[in-house]
Amino acid sequence: MLPESKKTDLDQRLGALTMPESTGWLQSAREAARERLSVSGLPARRDEYWRYTDPKAFVQAAPGVVATENTTEVFADLEAFVITVENGVVSFTGDAPAGLEISTLASVATTDIHWAREVYGALEAAGSQPVVRPLASLNTAYAQDGVLIRATAPVETPVVIRYAPGEDPILHHVIRVTANASMTLLEVGTPGGRGNTVAEVEVADGGAFHHIRVQGPDDARHANTHTFAALGEASTIKSFTLSANGALTRNEAVITLTGDDAIAHVAGAAFGKGDFHHDDTVFVTHDAERCESRQVFKKVLRDGATGVFQGKILVKEGAQKTDGYQISQSLLLDDDSVFLAKPELEIYADDVACSHGSTTGAIDETALFYLRSRGVPKRVATDLLVLSFLAEALDEIEDDDLRERVSDYLADWLAQQ
Amino acid sequence: MSLDEVQVKDGVDAETVEAVKSLSGTYKHGWDTDIEMEYAPKGLSEDIVRLISEKNDEPEWMLEWRLAAYRRWVQMEEPTWAMVDYPKIDFQDQYYYARPASMTEKPKSLDEVDPKLLETYNKLGIPLKEQALLAGVEPAPEDRKVAVDAVFDSVSVGTTFQAELAKAGVIFCSISEAIKEHPELVKKYLGSVIPQSDNYYATLNSAVFSDGSFVYIPKGVRCPMELSTYFRINAENTGQFERTLIIADEGSYVSYLEGCTAPQRDVAQLHAACVELVLLDDAEIKYSTVQNWFPGDENGKGGIYNFVTKRADCRGARSKVMWTQVETGSAVTWKYPSCILRGDDSQGEFYSIAIANNYQQADTGTKMVHLGKNTKSRIVSKGISAGKAQNTYRGLVSMHPKAKNGRNYTQCDSLLIGDKCGAHTVPYIEVKNNSSRVEHEATTSKVDDDQLFYCRSRGMDEEEAVALVVNGFCKEVLQALPMEFAMEAQQLVAISLEGSVG
Repeated sequence: MLPESKKTDLDQRLGALTMPESTGWLQSAREAARERLSVSGLPARRDEYWRYTDPKAFVQAAPGVVATENTTEVFADLEAFVITVENGVVSFTGDAPAGLEISTLASVATTDIHWAREVYGALEAAGSQPVVRPLASLNTAYAQDGVLIRATAPVETPVVIRYAPGEDPILHHVIRVTANASMTLLEVGTPGGRGNTVAEVEVADGGAFHHIRVQGPDDARHANTHTFAALGEASTIKSFTLSANGALTRNEAVITLTGDDAIAHVAGAAFGKGDFHHDDTVFVTHDAERCESRQVFKKVLRDGATGVFQGKILVKEGAQKTDGYQISQSLLLDDDSVFLAKPELEIYADDVACSHGSTTGAIDETALFYLRSRGVPKRVATDLLVLSFLAEALDEIEDDDLRERVSDYLADWLAQQ
Repeated sequence: MSLDEVQVKDGVDAETVEAVKSLSGTYKHGWDTDIEMEYAPKGLSEDIVRLISEKNDEPEWMLEWRLAAYRRWVQMEEPTWAMVDYPKIDFQDQYYYARPASMTEKPKSLDEVDPKLLETYNKLGIPLKEQALLAGVEPAPEDRKVAVDAVFDSVSVGTTFQAELAKAGVIFCSISEAIKEHPELVKKYLGSVIPQSDNYYATLNSAVFSDGSFVYIPKGVRCPMELSTYFRINAENTGQFERTLIIADEGSYVSYLEGCTAPQRDVAQLHAACVELVLLDDAEIKYSTVQNWFPGDENGKGGIYNFVTKRADCRGARSKVMWTQVETGSAVTWKYPSCILRGDDSQGEFYSIAIANNYQQADTGTKMVHLGKNTKSRIVSKGISAGKAQNTYRGLVSMHPKAKNGRNYTQCDSLLIGDKCGAHTVPYIEVKNNSSRVEHEATTSKVDDDQLFYCRSRGMDEEEAVALVVNGFCKEVLQALPMEFAMEAQQLVAISLEGSVG
């Protein structure tokens, strides 16, 4: 039974939404998600996983935020297949690169047979346990559109999803990487003043999924994203997110290693000032042997910005030889900024090596002094130290070219501040 | 370097190994004392609270304080956030007060105490007579004395060395005595660190606590001997709710030891204690616990539910508190000894070994709340899980905006022995200023095969080898214990893991 306040919140939120028309499998998945939502209710501050982030902006019925301008163009001249999402509507032209099948959620809403039926809502449902993820369930039930990609071979050409700002879009992407296939997905920009985005990623045995996301640098962004991933044997996922500014961002990654020898790396670098509130919530489950997971999250905070990290490594019984690593660090550039962290380990297997570390502090005065004594102005010296601090997270980007682009973009952006 | 020292060290190692051999995986203190008891009626109500207050011959203000707590408690809900799982406790199916019939008239000196009670403590290795006490080292040097307050079920049986301590100005007595003899101190400090309605179990304790220890160390006094309390639960279906209050006045120092055991019974028993430490300017308290309540049998039957609230308030500048705990007993442990670092330059330290074997569940850790400037804290936690046990470290490090130049270092390591147990880490880190530095590290691993192989190749059997490796893993914490406890703790580490290998 939902408490009265949660019931009111849910009624109001759902009252302002219309479930898009769909039939068959998609309709059943939407209804099942709405059922989950009716049991969990929407998040509230007193919920354990919302103690550091006030979900009000995501919960309230009206978005209350105007669409924002979007200037990010980090992958501008990259040879890629580009998909545009404008105000919650997905569009693209031309043929997808060989080895990729791409369609949109809206276009298959009334199609009886589509591969996405096996994934849509399924990973979200599995990832909503043991911790409920009501905003993701809401997304599954009410998603307006989304990108559906199936990779059936190793594909070099990256796919770029470019967001043009909308008001309050709910987007649900589904990605399936079949056995031994691989692909790279790049996401750039902000879907909306208040955006709710879910990506369900299934990587089959031997497959690989590379993901880079750049959020920002708009100040008004309220973004709530979920990445649900399930990994088969010897498969790989590497996901990196760069976030700059934004009012409220909550990026959740829920990753389950279900096949032996799988590898999952999730990383994030965030830089924010003022009203910026950035929350990375990560839940990695090891449910197979000899898997490796890494969580690397770095935040630079200034002028009263708040950074949150909630990370968990769950090693299930029997997931022997697990190698789990997690680091969350923040650099507070002034006295008003705040870092809140809850790095958790939950381990039920004995032959594992799991570790986590978390540090918080100011910029290293000795390093700053050294640079200044070499004639580097304070501003530049600070930027250099910030970049070197964030470098460990950026290093998680495997592709040299892409890493350089992100790194250059960040350096330029810092210099303009 | 004298020859004696070497011999002591050798003796300890041999003893640890001996302990593993001689005990057959059973709880050493599981026997009970057959003694005539006087109980309050079963269950909990305002009348029971009044009865406890009356039995202790308390003034009106104390009764009101208890009743206020009771009224709050009735409205509270039992917390469920800890990673422990146990059948719902029927709070009406417990006795809240039990005292040996011979204690109706409080004995005036230890000579008048029922010999059966004295025998109980003797058997536990805690002789209640005024003699130097140092386990494992014979003969005891003259200057190592330990004063003991012995609490048996709901009452304090006796306190040793009171007269000698009084000469130094130190007050060491049961809290029931303190309420009568030193009401101004009790009134001022009781509940000032752990408010009546702090949490479910602390509130319950505030309503029904029956006895416990009280310590006051006056200004500038270094307590001439170590103080200790030994808690023994004996009666069946009886909860023990003791309350300890230690006040260290400006510039004073005390080292305090706490030990606990209970008989082996099929039905789980409740223990909900509160420990409040108050530290004024430049004061220092070392608080060491060896918790060895009955952990339940190898099938998870019985054992103590240990729901304890311990908190130190470093009110004074430059005050320092050190919590050291060795948690080997209890079926369920829920315990977070905390430090409120209010005074500038104050320091808090927490050293913990938590061992869970068979079906034991431990959810334990600490809170370091930095409020003053230049405050420092250090957390070293070693969790060991074996059998089907679950062991959780849960901690909070909080740097408030005004806690400039705060420092924290946290290290929590977990060791798993066997593939059916669990080890978990749930730290909360909250940093609200940028001159503070907070570092947290945690690792989880299994007993190192190379180390085991090395020990085995030197002729040790597997259990001995594991005990030795585990002792090494815990060394940092064992070293922080006073010598009296270090040896007992080392033995306990070995005993608690008995039967966990193979």
